Amino acid sequence: MTRGPTWFNITSLVVGFSFLYLPIVLLVIYSFNESRLVTVWGGFSTKWYASLLQNEQLLDAAWVTLRVAFVSASIATVFGTMAALVLVRSGRFLGRSFFSGMIFAPLVMPEVILGLSLLLLFVAIDQTRGFWTVMLAHTTFAMCYVAVVVQSRLVGFDKSIEEAAEDLGCPPVKTFFLITLPIILPGVIAGWMLAFTLSLDDLVIASFTTGPGATTLPMKIYSQVRLGVTPEINAVCTILVALVTVGVIAASIVTKRQQVQRERDERAAFGNDMT
Amino acid sequence: MKENIAAPKRRSLGAWALIAAPYLWLLILFLVPFLIVFKISLSQVAIAIPPYIPAFDLAEGWQAFRDNLSELSFENYIWLTEDDLYWKSYLSSVTIAGISTLLTLLIGYPIAYGMARSPRSIRPTLLMLVILPFWTSFLIRVYAWIGILKNEGLLNQLLLALGIISEPMVILNTNIAVYIGIVYSYLPFLVLPLYASLERLDGSLLEAAEDLGCPPWKAFWKITLPLSLPGMIAGCFLVFIPAVGEFVIPDLLGGSDTLMIGKTLWVEFFSNRDWPVSSAVAVILLMILVIPIVLFQNQQQKMSERDG
Repeated sequence: MTRGPTWFNITSLVVGFSFLYLPIVLLVIYSFNESRLVTVWGGFSTKWYASLLQNEQLLDAAWVTLRVAFVSASIATVFGTMAALVLVRSGRFLGRSFFSGMIFAPLVMPEVILGLSLLLLFVAIDQTRGFWTVMLAHTTFAMCYVAVVVQSRLVGFDKSIEEAAEDLGCPPVKTFFLITLPIILPGVIAGWMLAFTLSLDDLVIASFTTGPGATTLPMKIYSQVRLGVTPEINAVCTILVALVTVGVIAASIVTKRQQVQRERDERAAFGNDMT
Repeated sequence: MKENIAAPKRRSLGAWALIAAPYLWLLILFLVPFLIVFKISLSQVAIAIPPYIPAFDLAEGWQAFRDNLSELSFENYIWLTEDDLYWKSYLSSVTIAGISTLLTLLIGYPIAYGMARSPRSIRPTLLMLVILPFWTSFLIRVYAWIGILKNEGLLNQLLLALGIISEPMVILNTNIAVYIGIVYSYLPFLVLPLYASLERLDGSLLEAAEDLGCPPWKAFWKITLPLSLPGMIAGCFLVFIPAVGEFVIPDLLGGSDTLMIGKTLWVEFFSNRDWPVSSAVAVILLMILVIPIVLFQNQQQKMSERDG
């Protein structure tokens, strides 16, 4: 579907993208506001960023959040990749559709239900709530996202390379690490990043499953937002937005470059076969 | 999906372990918790820690189980039907989610359409621009609207300065703010599947229609719209289902009279500490959502079979 852009298309894109970005841009601008009143511009200032550095509670929460996100994203990536392999490669087994149902359900399930059910599980087994329970909860829903991302990568994958390795006597585990993993790596990395940011963002599930001493950054932001809009919160948000934006753009540039490189390698390899 | 039809090979121990690990994880941390929610929804509230009397305990043997079975209390469910707060919450959640889904479709369709019709070289960039807000914190994106929609907020300041209105409009803490919040937060979920199906659309069909003298609006109505239907349906489900149980948006943008079931459950759990009732609320919410979730999954399966 390529045709010249019409006025209608250009307008809808401009209006649509302004709608998507304007609120975030305004939030960022007002984090540099001198005035405490969030809606009155009082001149440029970075004082709210400086005051953040003194806010120990907020820094503590940020540290907890980063740790939870890192650990849960890493475990979720391992289990999610396994789940994707099962969905794409394992053929039929008892309860397969049930399994895929359990992978897809958390993607659309309201967070309040996930949070409540996990909390009740932790209470039932008498598990003290805190860092580990939040981590387990995040891993559970993040692995489903990882599975979907990696699965889409696995579907468009030339199976013959794997089969060739196996025919030549390469054991399955080795085949996975030498052939499958390098090819699906962009998907796995994207899955890890998605899991990481999902955990970084989550308010609802963390609120249910957390305990004393494990307040995450979104919970901290939420409790302050309820009291009103402050430039300090704008500053925290700006830092988070900046981190995510830089991360996503960097990752997409890296994977793009890798893809170009791989295509070049493949072409070179096939070229050698011909001669 | 072809390899699934082939007869399964004999699996090695390793292959079984590969299936078992994620399967067990989800059974223990996804399925079992739901059974526990169901169980607690049948028990009675108590002033204790945890604040309920267990409905039945499998450790006490068969006789105890049978005794308990006869004592099962559906009180929480009866309570839900008697107090009109709950059914009003369900009804208004479904209505708000439905209206928001329609609004998202109206706003998202032109965007997806414009993207699919833009020059091929800039499409990856546009795609990236749609995905990027999805990576930014949900909470932050909702928070950003508070500063805009407040009475003395940026929108009102702008409209007052332009002389369009003479006194500030009250938008924050109304249902309108909730609609805006849902549309804004879930827009990428709708645009992405819609864009995917619009991009795949065969341009030669439209050219043929044009050559045969079909006006553009009619070609759109007869060709583009029906062919983009799968993407539209997938996108609408992806907005509607999570929006029904939304908590953050009605809590931060909505007013005290904005009833949404996610918020009701939250209040019941954290403020009233009534775990059995909040469990019952969750069970019924799940039952309401099972139908759209199953429909959505069937549709996804059909789509992936057709592509595969």
